[in-house]
Amino acid sequence: MSNEDAQQVEAGGGAGGGAAEGRTVRVVLVDDHRMFRTGVQAEIGETGRTGVEVVGEAADVDQAVTVITATRPEVVLLDVHLPGGGGVEVLRRSAAMMADAERPVRFLALSVSDAAEDVIGVIRGGARGYVTKNITGTDLVNAVFRVSDGDAVFSPRLAGFVLDAFASTDAPPVDEDLDRLTQREREVLRLIARGYAYKEIAKQLFISVKTVESHVSAVLRKLQLSNRHELTRWAAARRLV
Amino acid sequence: MTTAPPRAETSYAPAPDPDEPPVRKLYRSADGRLLGGVARGLAGHLGLPVSWVRIVFVALFLADGMGAVLYAAFWFFVPLGVGGVDRRHPASAAGGKRALRRHKPDKGQVFALIALLVGSAVVASRFQLGQAKDYVWPVLLIGAGVALVWRQADNSRRAQWLELGRRKGVLPVLRGAAGVLLVGVGVTGIVVLQGSVRHLGSVLQASLAVVVGIALLAGPYLVRITQDLSEERLMRIRAQERAEVAAHVHDSVLHTLTLIQRNAEEPREVARLARAQERELRAWLYKPEGRGKEEDEEPATLAEAVRASAAEVEDDHGVPIEVVIVGDCPLDDMLGAQIQAAREAMVNAAKYGGEGGAVQVFAEVEGRTVFVSVRDRGPGFDLDAVPGDRMGVRESIIGRMERNGGTARLRSAPEGGTVVELEMERPATEGST
Repeated sequence: MSNEDAQQVEAGGGAGGGAAEGRTVRVVLVDDHRMFRTGVQAEIGETGRTGVEVVGEAADVDQAVTVITATRPEVVLLDVHLPGGGGVEVLRRSAAMMADAERPVRFLALSVSDAAEDVIGVIRGGARGYVTKNITGTDLVNAVFRVSDGDAVFSPRLAGFVLDAFASTDAPPVDEDLDRLTQREREVLRLIARGYAYKEIAKQLFISVKTVESHVSAVLRKLQLSNRHELTRWAAARRLV
Repeated sequence: MTTAPPRAETSYAPAPDPDEPPVRKLYRSADGRLLGGVARGLAGHLGLPVSWVRIVFVALFLADGMGAVLYAAFWFFVPLGVGGVDRRHPASAAGGKRALRRHKPDKGQVFALIALLVGSAVVASRFQLGQAKDYVWPVLLIGAGVALVWRQADNSRRAQWLELGRRKGVLPVLRGAAGVLLVGVGVTGIVVLQGSVRHLGSVLQASLAVVVGIALLAGPYLVRITQDLSEERLMRIRAQERAEVAAHVHDSVLHTLTLIQRNAEEPREVARLARAQERELRAWLYKPEGRGKEEDEEPATLAEAVRASAAEVEDDHGVPIEVVIVGDCPLDDMLGAQIQAAREAMVNAAKYGGEGGAVQVFAEVEGRTVFVSVRDRGPGFDLDAVPGDRMGVRESIIGRMERNGGTARLRSAPEGGTVVELEMERPATEGST
């Protein structure tokens, strides 16, 4: 089944059809379930077909930091729940590598968790996107390429959480100094939450896929840049967290 | 104490003797009791009216005070509990919290205590005890004091069950002090009777000194023990919760795995089982306390209703449905109709568009607007091409929304598949959530 999907991607030449461009993305898998790592490896690890090369695996926070430092991958697929402090801890200890201008390491959270605080937590910690574990191999490959290009990847669920976190039409003027979502960004997020792919959103809103991606990146930046305490307090006051 | 159980018990097996472990354990009742909860506990255990048991006790009491001895034995040995309570009594079972808040001792309890004291005195005075007669009153005083303290211990125990925080109040302290005082007076009385009145002062001083000394020595240990106990209790409750979750999870997971093995030839059924199990586990792991455990309960909010509908459709049709919900609001009739329409849309999507992948449901409450969209990735759908006699979509989705003041739109999704959009305005009286 994943074979067919992969062919579709290459034929469609979607937003991040890496293999078609002959580019290879180096990826590290961080997940404490070996079976899951094996499954992901089987689905995306066939470098010739998908353009993804899995260069390392880790099962806990310490291992992850070691492996990431040693291999310097372009993308880390990061589980949210990990022994030793969780995905957030890996992000915290990899901050320098994320900020590296030459060869930045980018993180894509890959979680089974449904809890908003887990998801929003890793995004604020610096992850460039979040997808759920029931994602298809094709979509995952797409997401990896998009993240390696510096774009943000939101699953419908994450879009829902973000909308929830920023949802307050009757916010007092105190919040004006905080980065709020623009109408367009909310629109894009809503369509993502409704299950639209970026390409579909572009068609629906009569804008280019690049514009959709930049809107999504803007949302991500706002989530990360908002001062952590400020945002927490702000969200707590509205019973959002 | 195993001798001469009250008559009422003999006709109802099993015997409530706490020494033999019966299937149902005998507890004293914490609610609706007059003294120690013995009569109510017994009544609940035996399935008899409380008044019968009480009458039996009083009758036995008149027979040379045997009832009192029996009652005291029960009070002493049978643990206070919530089991064995007469369920028909309104103040018991359900109203635990309420009963606790009504903390004042009611007239019945005071009356029962006084009656107990007077009755004991009367019975005691009937006995011809000769020399020992002088000791009757001190002994009675000691008994009453011990009863008071014992009763207080029961109360604090119950308070600890119902809420873990320690309750500070004047009444418990007063009660404890009164009990200690009574016992003290009784003991002093005996000592004085043995010696002479002249030594009263020094005896009192000595006993006071001893009491203070004991309190100083034992106090810190008692405080420490109480703290340790409450901490341990907390840990135990947590462990119990974990064990409960683990038991539930193991059970249902094993069950599902067995079913999957048995249905290995039918991929749809396997997928359905796996989805159902996943949903249940998620409900247990990620939902707030107390949610997701009773699936049969009527949903009270929009989010719950949407999730419940999606779960049902998913189970019925074996097509995964992904639900994203932003915001929430209480359910009313109009929103109920919207949920019905959404459910109909989900059924259609699962039936005709389920082959293309998961059905995606998005619900959002923004201010007064409630928006639900259902999209599938099936072959698409042309409303005009549907024959007029097929009322499914027109009636159950579009018609239903319009009758309730909402709107429904059906259209093709950009990359294939169908999108159903349902929109409804909530009445202005309710503020936004």
